[in-house]
Amino acid sequence: MTYTFDFSALLPYWPDFLWGAVLTLQLSAVATVAGFIVGTLCAIGRADGSPVVKAIVAAYVEVIRNTPLLVQVFIIYFGIATLGIRVSANLAAMIALTVNVGAYTCEIVRAGLQSIHRSQVEAAECLGLSKPQIYWHVIVRPAIERVYPSLTSQYVLLMLASSITSQISAEELTAVANRIQSGTFRAFETYIVVGLIYLVLSFVMRGAFTAFAQAAFTRRRKLGTTL
Amino acid sequence: MSPVVKLRNVHKYFGALKVLEGVSFEVERGGVAAVIGQSGSGKSTALRCINALETIQDGTIEVCGHAVGDPKLDRRALRQDVGIVFQSYNLFPHLTVEQNIMLAPTCVKSIGKSEARDLARDVLAQVGLSEKAQQYPEQLSGGQQQRVAIARSLAMQPKLMLFDEVTSALDPQLTGEVLKVMEDLARGGMTMILVTHEMAFARKVASQVIYMHKGQVWETGPGSMLDAPKTPELANFVGSGL
Amino acid sequence: MTTPTFSLLHVEFLAWAALWTLGLSAIAFIGGGLLGFGVMLARIGPSKLLRRAASTYIQIVQGTPLLILLFLIYYGIAIFAGPGFPAILAAGAGLTIYASGFLAEIWRGCIEAVPKTQWEAAECLALTRWQRMMRVILPQALRIATPPTVGFLVQIVKNTSLASVIGFIELAQAGKLINNSIFEPFTVFMVVAAFYFAICFPLSMWSRTLERKLNVAGR
Repeated sequence: MTYTFDFSALLPYWPDFLWGAVLTLQLSAVATVAGFIVGTLCAIGRADGSPVVKAIVAAYVEVIRNTPLLVQVFIIYFGIATLGIRVSANLAAMIALTVNVGAYTCEIVRAGLQSIHRSQVEAAECLGLSKPQIYWHVIVRPAIERVYPSLTSQYVLLMLASSITSQISAEELTAVANRIQSGTFRAFETYIVVGLIYLVLSFVMRGAFTAFAQAAFTRRRKLGTTL
Repeated sequence: MSPVVKLRNVHKYFGALKVLEGVSFEVERGGVAAVIGQSGSGKSTALRCINALETIQDGTIEVCGHAVGDPKLDRRALRQDVGIVFQSYNLFPHLTVEQNIMLAPTCVKSIGKSEARDLARDVLAQVGLSEKAQQYPEQLSGGQQQRVAIARSLAMQPKLMLFDEVTSALDPQLTGEVLKVMEDLARGGMTMILVTHEMAFARKVASQVIYMHKGQVWETGPGSMLDAPKTPELANFVGSGL
Repeated sequence: MTTPTFSLLHVEFLAWAALWTLGLSAIAFIGGGLLGFGVMLARIGPSKLLRRAASTYIQIVQGTPLLILLFLIYYGIAIFAGPGFPAILAAGAGLTIYASGFLAEIWRGCIEAVPKTQWEAAECLALTRWQRMMRVILPQALRIATPPTVGFLVQIVKNTSLASVIGFIELAQAGKLINNSIFEPFTVFMVVAAFYFAICFPLSMWSRTLERKLNVAGR
């Protein structure tokens, strides 16, 4: 039995594929930024908070890291509805991805914070810097720089995992693909194309993160240290 | 003239370990006090207590009008008056030399960027490293890093400078350039307390030598006291040190 | 009229489904481990062509969503086998490929973490490349590799939930089926999450303990 590949049936849909890719990038960008903020704050809370804060953050991180994103997406989507609040699938997807990647960010940033030597903090204290100033200038910034490669990988994984939100009909690349394949009956070809688009997106994202590092971490640029 | 630093009967314990047992001394404005003694004699701890890096269990410490032992002490105000330089430099590796120096003036004193840059230029000239402003710490030698650390403290225009074994991690050759900077500072009238192993430097520059032994001030006097120790312990220490 | 509510029967159904989750995880881990080991050997091997091929394979697997991979395999098999083939075939194949791509890269990192001097020492003893690998490097790398491998096992277990999209009945799909009949999504998926947590959390703890031990031994 032979199968004839027919990509031409997909040709009229190129604007849809493109639009799907844009939506996926948007969704990932929002979740990356929000998740980074949530995760960094959690990491600081875990390192320097009251025992209650530490326990809450630890529980959050463990629960998220030990359950599937798919189930988290369902719980958040239906859970918000149970509370009587109507949210779009897209918003629920954004929240779920943020909550998810926030937990991973917390663990990564925490490792970074731990790598900053006490003597650095002591030196900053002796210069009269306040606690928030010390956190920002002496602890968090160098810590982020140190764990930047891990964060990059995590956020690329997040972009790929955002495909899961198609399961609650959030609008993104995989949902678009599902629609196209049911309209063209060319499932195999559709998913090959979409797979390639994701591959391109992950390269683009890595490139963007490297470019950002070049701009943000001047020491690396000047000394030529690779990330 | 009232003393800048005044320690009265200071006690410090780490658990059951008694590190300082009734330490008292004073340093006048413009004075240079060299604290010497074996490792474990409590000299570094005494220095750290002056800057409130350690809390004391008994006694009083007064530094530039701040009551350091007081629980209500405003540490940030104290630290604007006191600069400290550590053995391990503790420069911020992610910042350039200039940024290291500008950080505290801009953050703590809210000085404008351009003014802070001028300040950085001045203090770098003072330690003889004007051309290194745009370098990163890891591009500098140990001696240069330590001079930057001194400049970083000076940029806060402190009334008192503390030096905690600042040359112990350096080769003899690099030690010289750091001591030279400290000597210039002393000559410029800076009040300084230095914990050091450099006997020759203490004898030459210090207005007052404090020999610590077993957590106490064992013997104190002018630099010349090193030539004629009164106690057998100091005689022994000087003998082994030279 | 009474509407059915979440009951112990449903929990029992979920428990059976959890066994399928474990089974599929085992398939993915064993299959992915074998394939991944081969890919890893190719990735660090002497042949430039094989190295390039292995690297491309890893990049593709790590650069596309598992969901898309599963769809591709599902529809790919459907083309040749026709409809009606068992879902576990597609699910097992998809997760195996996914696991191999990641395990190959994790293990490569562990092999490279063995100091270069060990390779040199082995070479100076006139061992062949294969002997060097098997007798000297692998035993050391194995120790380094255990914590991240156990950690990745957690990822595998969680990702078997995606097999639900191609109709394989494991925990997540069982949750969906129950929810379709009683529509209590919040309760149902909370219980489903609890099942996953019960499997994954001990693995995570184990991985962390192993890592701590390794760090202590390494210092």
